[in-house]
Parts: sequence; structure tokens; C-alpha cells
Amino acid sequence: MVNAGAMSGSGNLMDFLDEPFPDVGTYEDFHTIDWLREKSRDTDRHRKITSKSKESIWEFIKSLLDAWSGWVVMLLIGLLAGTLAGVIDLAVDWMTDLKEGVCLSAFWYSHEQCCWTSNETTFEDRDKCPLWQKWSELLVNQSEGASAYILNYLMYILWALLFAFLAVSLVRVFAPYACGSGIPEIKTILSGFIIRGYLGKWTLLIKTVTLVLVVSSGLSLGKEGPLVHVACCCGNFFSSLFSKYSKNEGKRREVLSAAAAAGVSVAFGAPIGGVLFSLEEVSYYFPLKTLWRSFFAALVAAFTLRSINPFGNSRLVLFYVEYHTPWYMAELFPFILLGVFGGLWGTLFIRCNIAWCRRRKTTRLGKYPVLEVIVVTAITAIIAYPNPYTRQSTSELISELFNDCGALESSQLCDYINDPNMTRPVDDIPDRPAGVGVYTAMWQLALALIFKIVVTIFTFGMKIPSGLFIPSMAVGAIAGRMVGIGVEQLAYHHHDWIIFRNWCRPGADCVTPGLYAMVGAAACLGGVTRMTVSLVVIMFELTGGLEYIVPLMAAAVTSKWVADAFGKEGIYEAHIHLNGYPFLDVKDEFTHRTLATDVMRPRRGEPPLSVLTQDSMTVEDVEMLIKETDYNGFPVVVSRDSERLIGFAQRRELILAIKNARQRQEGIVSNSIMYFTEEPPELPANSPHPLKLRRILNLSPFTVTDHTPMETVVDIFRKLGLRQCLVTRSGRLLGIITKKDVLRHMAQMANQDPESIMFN
Amino acid sequence: MPASPLRKSLHAQVSGFADPASLISMKLLSLVAVVGCLLVPTAEANKSSEDIRCKCICPPYRNISGHIYNQNVSQKDCNCLHVVEPMPVPGHDVEAYCLLCECRYEERSTTTIKVIIVIYLSVVGALLLYMAFLMLVDPLIRKPDAYTEQLHNEEENEDARSMAAATASLGGPRANTVLERVEGAQQRWKLQVQEQRKTVFDRHKMLS
Repeated sequence: MVNAGAMSGSGNLMDFLDEPFPDVGTYEDFHTIDWLREKSRDTDRHRKITSKSKESIWEFIKSLLDAWSGWVVMLLIGLLAGTLAGVIDLAVDWMTDLKEGVCLSAFWYSHEQCCWTSNETTFEDRDKCPLWQKWSELLVNQSEGASAYILNYLMYILWALLFAFLAVSLVRVFAPYACGSGIPEIKTILSGFIIRGYLGKWTLLIKTVTLVLVVSSGLSLGKEGPLVHVACCCGNFFSSLFSKYSKNEGKRREVLSAAAAAGVSVAFGAPIGGVLFSLEEVSYYFPLKTLWRSFFAALVAAFTLRSINPFGNSRLVLFYVEYHTPWYMAELFPFILLGVFGGLWGTLFIRCNIAWCRRRKTTRLGKYPVLEVIVVTAITAIIAYPNPYTRQSTSELISELFNDCGALESSQLCDYINDPNMTRPVDDIPDRPAGVGVYTAMWQLALALIFKIVVTIFTFGMKIPSGLFIPSMAVGAIAGRMVGIGVEQLAYHHHDWIIFRNWCRPGADCVTPGLYAMVGAAACLGGVTRMTVSLVVIMFELTGGLEYIVPLMAAAVTSKWVADAFGKEGIYEAHIHLNGYPFLDVKDEFTHRTLATDVMRPRRGEPPLSVLTQDSMTVEDVEMLIKETDYNGFPVVVSRDSERLIGFAQRRELILAIKNARQRQEGIVSNSIMYFTEEPPELPANSPHPLKLRRILNLSPFTVTDHTPMETVVDIFRKLGLRQCLVTRSGRLLGIITKKDVLRHMAQMANQDPESIMFN
Repeated sequence: MPASPLRKSLHAQVSGFADPASLISMKLLSLVAVVGCLLVPTAEANKSSEDIRCKCICPPYRNISGHIYNQNVSQKDCNCLHVVEPMPVPGHDVEAYCLLCECRYEERSTTTIKVIIVIYLSVVGALLLYMAFLMLVDPLIRKPDAYTEQLHNEEENEDARSMAAATASLGGPRANTVLERVEGAQQRWKLQVQEQRKTVFDRHKMLS
């Protein structure tokens, strides 16, 4: 007794450790929310606050705080997303270099940071400094020769395996939802699906930590998709602090849309591109209010990342380029060719990746996730090390490919034959013939291209956080650079051909291979994800130049047309279909001429519709009905004869209401009549107390007639976000159409397997 | 016992905070956020001599080889004339030489890098320790509950029901001490993760 009294004070603080009991109005896991109800609840809440705000100053201040809580949430999301992105960038920078060597003065410096203050760097070998030592120098004191090479090779593979193994173990033990890209699941969540734990705190922590590990291990994957997931987890976390968002699933999804924009913004340093990406790819409903708030969150995130300054030069992304050399109309032809390549590669990647993921899902391959990750990492590390273009991290590769070759570059790719008497300034170097280094680089790049194309198919979709923006951009950049160098050499050696004569005089700087790399990257990314506007905006925010919009658009449009000719789905929609998520895509067009009667349940031969009557069922009857069936809701009709519709009752609310009534109300027994009308029905004298459940009844369920075309029904489901729709004829209830039925019907019409729509 | 409306709203509001491990993770997150917000002023304030430089890259010129010059000067002095010392060309050639050189002002924050890497490594270390604890030490501590271990080998619904019964018995008589409540919360979290693991790894229902 004394203990209980003493603990009661601190008992309130420890209440969160107890198991929470379900609220009326919350949803179960793997169910769809009711958008209309969430919207009306929010309107009620807002009306209550507004009416109370006239009462006193304190209420007025509370109403102001409520109005501003949205902006506060956006600010917090931006701060945390920017901070996490900065942490990820810095940690990846360090750990990637850890595979090759270590800094002796301070172990936390990456290669570039270690040699920052050194005076030993030369023009030819800008990375050399005595403080940074490769593993072979450290362990056996040799830096050249076969044994040093083999030792470095071995250490590279070992570090890569260690990082990958740590990552997959952490994911498996702590947060299995942290694997994959996250964008297909976030799309499904934003369309109204509930996946509890997917945006939780453990998922956030593990995804951040393991993302650094897998990117550092040298696997062919990127961090942009997982950063969107991380930002949405931040959004979920902050929205749970304010009751305006934590209790309303519809409002919470507005915050998540804005958080997704912040995620892309810090991944690419492109705030506007982030907002457009959220609008185009990720969000389902995007009201105008969300547009402004997303932009605010994206800006705050970009600003926070810039303050942390992970790349040491106040740039947000590693491959920011800033040249402004013009392009010429005749170059549109190779740009369109790059677009075609991007579209073809996108189709190839989607088909192969989905086939491999389906195999992983259905065969024994899926039983060994840890082993699969280790094997793929080992293969990637073994093949990647010999080629200098795959040994470095993919972001650095893209940065090198995007960069123009001025007089100051010393990389192999810029090994042109220089005219020794030339005295032109650095940014106006004319076209030069290629030296030996360029030819070596070309075949090394060709090998790198094939390797990246093949290995990304097997890497995306493993049980580790994996994105695919960077690998796609790498494939496109390699192809683009090769085409660009080809065009450049063609223009130099054959400057008297008709096509070159007009715009390319000898001694002028006509062709910029870096621009071809950018266009190729945009084409491949567009071919895989089928992004349009957001892709172009992200690319020109990356480059900082508006003069390249036309080539980027030409390539993006071409790649989308070519890819759409082979299949309508982008990679994210394809993964949604593979997993069977109940996602009703706004981009799909339903053009078949079926009617509502063809889709509604019950069909011929099925048991009749399970309904509740308005005042003639007992509590026991209802409990039996609930136990025997697993429907999410039951229509309520006047009586079994007339079958006129009154409303719709949710299963979860029925269960809670009956349980509450049995526990608390007087005289409710199994034989009590359950009624949904205003007034209790006429009952004989000694019957038990009736149970009134009108408050849980939805009096305005959506109905269509049986001859409504399915096109209209699908449109209604999409635009209003319905979960179910009742079918009537002459005012009498005939059947019910749920969202799953619509999805199965669409799958059937598209000749897919309707049973693959899962989640009951 | 009917719960008061206050407790109900508290439950609803903090129902996501239902395990001690998420307390730890929440603390870590807030620590990272606070550190991040603090790093912004420290990044501005701490400009030690190691943190700024002006880097001039000069390509080969006539018979002079290419060279890189680093100096610790402010941004307005970051140009070829101040940084390239000793000047390799005679006076009348200086302008032509300097036109070829490119000078860039760069700054970094060594404290930021050090703090972030150390925090990251400690988070990874803590997670590894907790993983080792969960996989090695925890099963030994839970020896008295061996009957739940046996039921692990049964089918999944029986398993879930037995675990639910175990946690219900744990929370049944309104566990009073903090330790027992932490135990209960940790059990619930483990159940959640196990459910997630089954969905993703075993049944391949999600994230295939």
C-alpha cells in the first residue's frame, strides 16, 4: 500500500512504459485510412478551436499556437533532416577512404582532409602526402610492387565485407523495415495505408547508421532513396509531438509529403527539385498548402546541411559543376541518342531487377539474406578494385565525369595532347586530340559501364538500405562521357565535314564532354524512375546553369517515351506491384467497360452480404457475426426484408463499443437488442436494456448504383480516397465494393494475377 | 479500472514511446539534433589556422612544371599575387602566368568532423554491444522462462499467443517497479521486431 502511494507520483511519468490501449478512431496495422473521416475530424477540431478562441486571451494564444504548429514541425524536420544528411555525408567520406588507408595524424580524417594542410602535394599527384598511408605501407612498409598491391586489394575486400556484414546484421536484429529503398512503401503509406513501425524511431536510427556502412562498402547503390525514408521518419517523429498531427492520419500525411521533399533536397542540394519530386513521385494528395510548407522544409534542410559544410566548400552535393560553355543545335542528335540509351537501359533494368526480386521472394534464395549480401559485396569488391573508375566511390566517379577538362585537371580522362605554346586562359581551352591516357580511360570506362549495369540489378532490393539514383546516374554519366569524347574527337579530326563546319572552327572550344555526361545521367535516371519535371529541375539545380535545360529536357523526354513504349511502370510502381501493396495509382487509366455489378461482392454463388439490421439484432448475434467473418465493416439496413440502407459501421468500432458497453453500462447482456435509431424500439416489458450504438454509425456512406461504370467508380475511389463503396439498386442494398476489389479487378483486366494483391 | 481522460490522452499521445530502447534511440536522436544545431555557431566561431586556406593551382608553363600553392590567407587576399611565393617567373611574365592559375578559397571545420565521426562510432559501438547483449547474454538471463523458449519451436500463432500470454502475465498484476515495467516494454519491442522480421525476412510479404 505504502509503495503504491509512493509510486503514484512517479507513476504518471512511467505510464508510457505500459502497453497502450487502442483508441477509438485509430487504425489497425496494414489497413487503409478513411480520408473523408480524417478530413471532417480535422475540420471539427479547427472549428472548435476557432470558436473557443473568442472566449479569452489564453484561448486566442492557443489558437495561434495551433496555427503555427505546422510551421514549427516543418522547421524541426528541416533541421533534423539536414543534420542527419550532414552526418551521413561526413561519415561516408571518412569510411570510404578507410578501405584504402588511414590518416596517421588523426584517424578521423578522410584522405582529402588529411592532406589538406600538407605541402607535399604536387601537380601530378595531388593525393600524395606523408600523413596518409595506405594499408600496405602501414602493415608491411611497402608502397609499390606486387605484394603491396595484393595486400591493398585484400584489405579493401575485407573492409567492404566487414561494413556490409555489420549493416545487414544491424538491420536484421534491430529494424527489419530499414532495408530497401523505402520509396515504394512511402508512396503506399502516403496513399492512405498504415504500416506501423515503418517510420519509427528504431527504423530511423538503423537506417541512418547502416546507410553509411553500405555506401562505404563500395556496393553499387546510392543514398538518395533511403534519405527520403530517413526524412519521412523525422517527419513522423516530430508530428507525433503535436496532437494536431499525431491524432489525425490525414494531416500527418501532409507533413510526410513535406518531409519527403526535404529528404530529396538534402540528397541533391535541390530544394525546388525536392518539392517537385514529392509532388510527382511520392505524394498522393498534394494540396497547395503542402506546396509552400514543403518548400520551407526543403529550404531549412538545405540551409542546415550547408552550415555543416560536409564537403568543405559550401557546396551541398559532391558533383556540383559550374561551367557555362554553350551547346549547339547539332549536338541535339547525340543527346537524343543518349535519351534512347537511357530509356532502353531503364527498361532492361526494371525487367531484370523485378525478375531477380521475384526469384528472391519465391525461391530458396530468399532464405539466406545475410549470405546474399556478403556474396554480392565480395563480388563487387573483387571486380571493382582493379579498375580505378570503379574503385573510387560512385559519387566521386560522377563528379569526375561531369567535370570539364581545363588546364588544371591532371586526371587520366583529361590527358589531351596540349599545344606547348598555348597561353589561353583556363576555361577556354580549344578541342584537342586525345592522348594515350584518354584512350586508356575509354576502355576502362567501357568495362566499368558493363560492370555497373550488371551488378546494380543484383544489388537493388537486397536486405540493406539501397537507393538507385546514384548508380543510374553513374551508368548514364559513363555512357554520356564516352559519347562526348567520341563527338569531340570526331569534331577535331574531321572539322571539315558539313555538320561540324558551321559551328566548330579549329581552335574553338566546341564540344564539352562533361555536358554529355550530365545529359546521359539525366536520361538514365529518367528511364528508370520515369520522372519528368522533377528530374530536369534537379539536374539543373545540380549544375547551376539554366542554359542546359533544353538538352536535359530533350534527353528526359526521349528516354521516357522510349521506356514507356516497353512498359508503363517505373521502378517504384513495379516494386509496389511485386509486393502487392494496395496502391491505387493516379497515373493508371482505367479504360474497360465493366460495370459496378461485375466487381461488387457478393458475386453469384457466394454467401449473401453480412448486414446488421437497425433494431432487430441482439448483442450476441452481432458478436457471432463479428467472430465468424473478418470484414472490416458492415452495412446497416432497415430490416432483412426491405434492405434499405441506413449507414455503415466499422468492425473495430463495433468491437470496442460492445466491449465498453458490457463493462460499464447497466444491464447489457447477450440478449440485449442493439439499435442504431434515435429512439429505442418497442420492446416487451421484461426484456433487457437495449444498447444504442448510433454514435458509431456512419450515416453518409458512399453509394453507387449497380449500373455505374467502373471507370467512374475507380475515379471516385481515387479522388476521394474511399475504402469501400456500397452498391444499391432502386434504393435497396445489393453489395459492396472495397478498394481491394477494385485493385484486383484492375489487375485482372491487365492480365496480372489478382491474388497477388495481399494484406487481406 | 476506468482510466482517467488525462491518462488516456497521455497514452494516445505517447503511445509511440512504448519501449526503453526507443527512449535510448530518442535520446541519441535528440543528442544528434542538439549537436547539429550547436555545430552551426561553432563552425562559424572556430576558425583555427588549420581550417582555412587559399589553394592556387598553376599548370605547366613553358619550362616550369605545374605546382600547387597553399597558404593561410583571408578571402580577400586569395589571389595569385599573394599566394604564389616564390614567383617562378620574372616580373613581366607574372601577369601571363597568373592568368593561367586558378585560386580557390576553402574552409572546413575540423571540430565538426571530429565530433561527428566520434559520435557516429560511439553509436555504432553501442548498437553492437546491445546486439551482442541481446543475442548472447539475454537468453542466459531468461533461463527461468524456459517454457517460452520451448514454445518458440511451435507454429507461429501459438508462439504469438504464448508470448502475448507471457507479456500479459508480466503486466497483469500492474507491475509496480520500474524494472518490471522496463522489462515489459522491452518484451513488447522484441515482439514487434520479431513480427517485422517475420514479415520481411521469412514471409517476404513486404520489401521483397
